[in-house]
Amino acid sequence: MSTVSEPIAGTKVHYLNADYGIKSWLLTTDHKRIALLYLAGITFFFFIGGAFAVLMRLELVTPQGDMMQPETYNKMFTMHGVMMIFFFLIPSIPAVLGNFLVPMMIGARDLAFPKINLLSWYIAMIGGAFTLYAVVAGGVDTGWTFYTPYSSTYSNTHVIATAVGVFISGFSSILTGLNFIVTIHKMRAPGMTWFRLPLFIWAHYATSIIQVLGTPVVAITILLVGLERGFNIGIFDPELGGDPILFQHLFWFYSHPAVYIMILPGMGVISELVTCFARKKIFGYAFVAGSSVAIAVLGFLVWGHHMFVSGQSVYSGMVFSVLSFLVAIPSAIKVFNWTATLYKGSIVYMTPMLYAFGFIGLFTIGGLTGLFLATLAVDVHVHDTYFVVAHFHYIMVGGAIMAYLGGIHYWWPKISGKLYPEGWARLSAGILFIGFNLTFFPQFILGYLGMPRRYHAYPEEFQVLNVMSSAGASILGVGYLIPMIYLVWSMRYGRPSPPNPWGSAGLEWKTPSPPPTFNFDKTPVITEDPYIYSHDEEVEVG
Amino acid sequence: MIGFPLFPEQASTVAGSVDLMYFILTAITVFFSTLIFVLIFYFAVKYRRRRPDEIPPPMHGALRLELAWSILPLFIALSLFAGGTAIYFRNVAIPPGAMEIYVVGKQWMWKLQHPEGPREINELHVPIGQAVKLTMTSEDVIHSFYVPAFRVKMDVIPGRYTSLWFQPTKPGRYHLFCAEYCGTNHSAMKGWVHVMEQVDYNNWLGGGATGESMSQAGERLFNQLGCLTCHRATAPGRGPVLEGLYGSTVHLQSGETVVADEAYIRESILRPQARIVAGYRTQMPTFQGQISEEGLLQLIAYIKSLAPKERIDTAQ
Amino acid sequence: MAEHPAVAAHHQFDDLEQQLDASTLGMWVFLVTEIMFFGGLFTAYAVYRSAYPEAFAEGSHHLDLTLGGLNTVVLIGSSLTMALAVRCAQLGSNRGAANYMIATLILGLVFLVVKAFEYHHKYVEGLIPGPNFVFDSPHARHIELMFCFYFAMTGMHALHMVVGAGLLIYFILQARANRYSPEYYGPVEVMGLYWHFVDIVWIFLFPLLYLIGHR
Repeated sequence: MSTVSEPIAGTKVHYLNADYGIKSWLLTTDHKRIALLYLAGITFFFFIGGAFAVLMRLELVTPQGDMMQPETYNKMFTMHGVMMIFFFLIPSIPAVLGNFLVPMMIGARDLAFPKINLLSWYIAMIGGAFTLYAVVAGGVDTGWTFYTPYSSTYSNTHVIATAVGVFISGFSSILTGLNFIVTIHKMRAPGMTWFRLPLFIWAHYATSIIQVLGTPVVAITILLVGLERGFNIGIFDPELGGDPILFQHLFWFYSHPAVYIMILPGMGVISELVTCFARKKIFGYAFVAGSSVAIAVLGFLVWGHHMFVSGQSVYSGMVFSVLSFLVAIPSAIKVFNWTATLYKGSIVYMTPMLYAFGFIGLFTIGGLTGLFLATLAVDVHVHDTYFVVAHFHYIMVGGAIMAYLGGIHYWWPKISGKLYPEGWARLSAGILFIGFNLTFFPQFILGYLGMPRRYHAYPEEFQVLNVMSSAGASILGVGYLIPMIYLVWSMRYGRPSPPNPWGSAGLEWKTPSPPPTFNFDKTPVITEDPYIYSHDEEVEVG
Repeated sequence: MIGFPLFPEQASTVAGSVDLMYFILTAITVFFSTLIFVLIFYFAVKYRRRRPDEIPPPMHGALRLELAWSILPLFIALSLFAGGTAIYFRNVAIPPGAMEIYVVGKQWMWKLQHPEGPREINELHVPIGQAVKLTMTSEDVIHSFYVPAFRVKMDVIPGRYTSLWFQPTKPGRYHLFCAEYCGTNHSAMKGWVHVMEQVDYNNWLGGGATGESMSQAGERLFNQLGCLTCHRATAPGRGPVLEGLYGSTVHLQSGETVVADEAYIRESILRPQARIVAGYRTQMPTFQGQISEEGLLQLIAYIKSLAPKERIDTAQ
Repeated sequence: MAEHPAVAAHHQFDDLEQQLDASTLGMWVFLVTEIMFFGGLFTAYAVYRSAYPEAFAEGSHHLDLTLGGLNTVVLIGSSLTMALAVRCAQLGSNRGAANYMIATLILGLVFLVVKAFEYHHKYVEGLIPGPNFVFDSPHARHIELMFCFYFAMTGMHALHMVVGAGLLIYFILQARANRYSPEYYGPVEVMGLYWHFVDIVWIFLFPLLYLIGHR
């Protein structure tokens, strides 16, 4: 192994320059290169999904629905949801940052199954290609939820191509989760006990469990919808006595935990950022780690809260309601522990830390508004309105994407070997925060006023709030373009980064930037807990 | 109603309790969000790094704090759950004696029919102060009946009946939306609920009546389809007697019992063999595909009208 | 990595033991995902069967118990030969492993051929769900639903068999190239896990589809 990272003619050999040419990338089994392949792929899907969002917000500036036809608008929000959820958010942090960092953080040379890792990227791209085909061929208009019988019988759009795309990409998610579980179980460096794992790893472990247990269920469900359309296998067809509500049960059994696939890795990122930029050990390590697992487990028991008004019995509604409330507890534990970590820290306001602050604040709002939806009496009113839209964008955009961008900035020096321009980065973090709140906060009010989601035209009295939201969306759009530009710029022109520019205690920073192909010249031996910045005696608090 | 509203109108008996819950939740959200924002801001300023080589004192977690911020949220969450669930159970319980209106959703319109006969499309006229129960089904995909001013919503599902109720408290015109995405013109599947004074409602009923009430229409259909050949009240017919059926407990051939509600009657018309009454043979033909959803509702209204009045009340 | 000599661990592993551990755990995790996959189908089946018990029983009478029973025996036999193949690989007998896997493959193909005949019968009898479905019974629509399950469940299972057969061919070629030894037999063992799983799925499908009408 050590031969790979020996200096040749003054420049160090690392994973980026160990080999050249398109083949060396497309056939790589290096987890770091695969992470970059994912980064390219999901950035592409993110901007496609984002473009749909921009068009939707443009349409919603006026109440009449005069910019595009209703079928076009319906395709816009469907493709926005499908692209963002299945092809951006679900792979985002695990497949890019997780792929890059999981082996490095546990002191391994690679994931347990490098070829499967590459395969999962190809699968994701093939799934994406099917979905893009559906877009180009005319789009799909079922909503990302594919509710039957609309999706199975009534829609005249490209449901099968999209369903196949989503089905295929599910395997990518399963294989990534499987790879992480095995890697975390079997590939830890000597001395890396479970309770010395960084919280990023705990979060990914919990995420992987959800991916492995949940994704197959949505795979079979989506497959059955495809079979119903293509081959009359009418399992959800009311004409045959089939039950469209059963589809919703099976769909949400995955798709609610899928929300935690998106947010849990983000929580892992935040734990790394907060500790590094406060130079403090995480407050309450066991609680933060345990709450990740608790969220993963509870997440599987709450799917019915998407169906409070679907005619299910009031008693099952009651059970799902109380379980949904319980998810708030581990989430609250995390927020309080991050905040407590800042106490008596040594805090710097580098860009990743700004994203972490943004995450904690926005996730708090997103999480607390989730309580409205868990409350049966209130959910009856706000279900399927813009309140729900605002709530989950606070979690997914305010939470998951903030964490993703924070993580990308934090590990960018490690990934690219270059420093990004701090001024621009702080500016765009600020723009994103403002744009985000302006876009989505008015939607809470719209939702309580009663504006249903997925509406192409709406009553006039909702216009002012919609215009505010659209204005925010344009700011948000600019905010996403800036990092894209300066990060690409920095790959070529950025200042070279030292191995550990932030002075982090993480194992991944003990490698050169960028790291050599097999990460470590010698397998590291771990002798202490994570996040140790000081060996002084620990102070008792509380 | 044009302008810049920030809060929806309250126009039903349940709206106040839903809003109360909403305000409590909002207060909790504002409190905790502010707490977290202030703490982060305060810590970020107070403990900003002053020297590049500054190392803060390490500290480990504190069990007492952890327990405090686990148990306190748990307590709050469970209280909210209890409050929200209690209000919900009270709000969804349909009061006896509610006036019944039948709703059929289809892409992309609402078809409503009053028991007295008048039919409406995308408009619903109801008297103030009167509890109204909607029995709803769909001809095609899933829809959702939503009146924000009443704070009520219920999905409308093909192949089964769902119901919701409300009691308007304020005269006026309120939005009716379809809240479950149902295809191309989902956003056009909306209408108005007109809440009128009782006198106005009576006038409206008188003016718009077709002369045939729903149960009369059902009776006509009943005769047309030849149901009377077997289902007679007097002579021992080949089929069970329908008088007093609605709301009663039926003993089935399989030994089970079932309460004869809308869903049971619907199933017995469409798929007679599914649940056969004890003592009868399986000779009734299926009427699947021969009766529209509205026709079914009329037949049900007719069969209901055959039941003694007090039965109807207890069945609800 | 395929160029590595047979007994060297892949670069990411410290030794062969870790490699075997990892690949075995990987397969178990994969089987968990398979259980969830079929679990979705079985759940839907359970919901409908409890809703329409007579229709499912009546539909079940139209499945060929003899062919289904034959296939059950064939599959159990193939699991036995697969287990013997794993045993041979562990003992270092590449020849034995290859032969037993060939036997497994043949049994698997027999299963698929029988299945194809059954599907064909259903086609002739007009039991394929869709516009051409004919069934003279008051429960016809629910029986059509039952046949939806029959084709979805056995179809998914058959697809897994086809994948398994493809994998077997690969491992047979590997065994014939003398790739396995008492130190390195993991791939055959992992293949065995997969094959047994597919077998077990059938053990559940057979009574749930073929036997429910026969009390």
